[in-house]
Amino acid sequence: MIDPSVFQLICFYAFSAVTIGAALGVISLRNTVHAVLALVLTFFSTACIWLLAEAEFLAIALIVVYVGAVMVLFLFVVMMLDIKQEHIREGFIKYLPVGIIVALIMLGEMLAMIGVRAMHAQVMGANPATVAGMSNTEWLGTALYTQFLLPFEIAALILTVGVVAAVVLTLRQRTGVRHQAASQQVLVNPRDRIRVVKMAAEVPAAPQPAPGKESTP
Amino acid sequence: MGDQILNQLIWPVIYILAIVLPLVIAVAMFVYWERKVIGWMHVRMGPNKIGPLGLLQAFADVVKLLLKEVILPTEANKFLYYLAPMLALIPALAAWAVVPFNEQMVLANVNAGVLYLLAMTSLGVYGIILAGWASNSRYALLGAMRSAAQVISYELAMGLCLVCVLVLAGSLNLTDIVHAQTGHKGMFDWFMWPLLPVFIIYFISGVAETNRAPFDVAEGESEIVAGFHVEYSGSAFALFFLAEYANMILVSFLAAILFMGGWLSPFPASWGFIGQGSFLWLFIKAFIFAFMFLWFRASFPRYRYDQIMRLGWKVFIPITIVWVLVAGCMKYFGWVTVGTGG
Amino acid sequence: MSRISHYFKSLLLIELFKGMALTMRYMFSPKYTMRYPMEHIPKSNRFRGLHALRRYPNGEERCIACKLCEAVCPALAITIDSAPRESDGQRRTTRYDIDLFKCIFCGFCEESCPVDSIVETHIHEYHFEQRGENVVTKPQLLAIGDRFEQDIAAARAQDAAYR
Repeated sequence: MIDPSVFQLICFYAFSAVTIGAALGVISLRNTVHAVLALVLTFFSTACIWLLAEAEFLAIALIVVYVGAVMVLFLFVVMMLDIKQEHIREGFIKYLPVGIIVALIMLGEMLAMIGVRAMHAQVMGANPATVAGMSNTEWLGTALYTQFLLPFEIAALILTVGVVAAVVLTLRQRTGVRHQAASQQVLVNPRDRIRVVKMAAEVPAAPQPAPGKESTP
Repeated sequence: MGDQILNQLIWPVIYILAIVLPLVIAVAMFVYWERKVIGWMHVRMGPNKIGPLGLLQAFADVVKLLLKEVILPTEANKFLYYLAPMLALIPALAAWAVVPFNEQMVLANVNAGVLYLLAMTSLGVYGIILAGWASNSRYALLGAMRSAAQVISYELAMGLCLVCVLVLAGSLNLTDIVHAQTGHKGMFDWFMWPLLPVFIIYFISGVAETNRAPFDVAEGESEIVAGFHVEYSGSAFALFFLAEYANMILVSFLAAILFMGGWLSPFPASWGFIGQGSFLWLFIKAFIFAFMFLWFRASFPRYRYDQIMRLGWKVFIPITIVWVLVAGCMKYFGWVTVGTGG
Repeated sequence: MSRISHYFKSLLLIELFKGMALTMRYMFSPKYTMRYPMEHIPKSNRFRGLHALRRYPNGEERCIACKLCEAVCPALAITIDSAPRESDGQRRTTRYDIDLFKCIFCGFCEESCPVDSIVETHIHEYHFEQRGENVVTKPQLLAIGDRFEQDIAAARAQDAAYR
């Protein structure tokens, strides 16, 4: 059939085309939900390209973290926004020249940077995972937890600090709001709420003869 | 040339069909079994009219659903409305690619199998969110939002549970994980014993992940009618239904593979015939878990939304984080002999 | 102390397991379901179903067109016209209609009848296929009465001591 390397190349171009198309969609689609979905597609096809490059751990991590969690929250937020479609395009023409200039400058900078890197780049070695005879994930884990342990742990620490900071910044204790505290509710013991009383069945007292009527025959 | 086409194209398709078709039938029978079991637990009979013992009830339902009209609500986003059921179903079916049924019977024996599963289960939530948003209905949107938050929360606990298994097994490959649970002691070599809390949390998270009772706030019949799929009818609804039940069966199989030794026999290999591993053992184990889904549904009332969030973030995640540490110690100091592969 | 024990109780899911044990027990208990078309719940002799008009054993219809049932009917379901009978000049009904859509099956007509003519039988499985069939007429009521006279009489005899 087809030579595997040729097939890989075809796949690469197909995924790249989808990635670029979806990325264009992100910035050009009018409907914000569609734009977010285009972003999801971009991530997904990027992950496919990484899979082709035998970076399977990174590819799946991208899907799990970005597609599966971050973009869901994005979608969540975008769905809640009530955006008026017609206002988005207001001033599009006015800001177009500025936008084009900014974009061109950024493009130039990026090309320059890539060019400088390309001049200094060494020839890429063979895939270290294949050299070591391990799977990509295994190699990555070994490298992270031996060679790069300190940077890895520092990164984790910084992220934790970031999470704590975000929580502290957004946590507001509103007063005058009634809400249920589930942790207190589960502590309730049935005996605090209901008391089952065992008592003998009540026998109605024998009717007392009415004093006045006794004499009537 | 002809052989190559046969090997690269025809056989994979046949393998895929050999998994998907029995899965669809299993879903139909599972629906029947669910109605039966819940009926019995409610001291009722369950369906018993169509076919012998009501066995054809599920197929009658399928025919009914397929013959019904698919209604598009006004102002609904047509493209996303029709895309959503497929987005829900595709990951649910795709995840089965890496599930090993026995030593040889696995469609794709990939090294990062567990990660792939995690990725696929996390993708399923898109179908739910988009269905909720595209329906242009308040109930559907509420259901979608609840579902999204719930699935993301429980994915964390589920991921940490998987980490415990990975630590003990030392591999991301599902076949290797099962192999790591072989030993001389039969069922006492399984990961469920050293990882008992994690095992329970994994299964409860799986119930929450599939939006089943008692975590079915996304559907919440008594609160938000039917949640995200309230506007869907006919075959579009059938796809959601299929995805939900396929996910339930998948979670059951995964619990059996990760914690209960997959196709391994619960008896020591020295017991002869009964001690041999077979895919039938896997099916029996998965059936027990699938039954647990129904048992939960018949037993427990629905959790309140804030209780679900509290359970996920404040109970499950701390316990699993602690147990990742415990599992690491087990592996490092050799406290337990399970999972040593021998 | 109780707090700690409670904490462990909830952590070990003891109450949830208790609940599951309960449902499992009920799963194997005998079922209460009555398989309706094949099985029937026994009916009281006071059951109030479809109406009927009765006759005396000699074939004479009981109804004397006193219109007490029409007057007592809370749903205004009964319509009666009366005229002297052509053969012997006795007062008889020329029209006796019961609208079953209006009827609430309270049994007042049965109680008010001085001659035990209008009764409610045990028939409760019937249906209409055309609009208008819900109004049952005098010949239909008499026919029902003729057909189920034995059952009607038996039910009346059983209940006679309490009337």
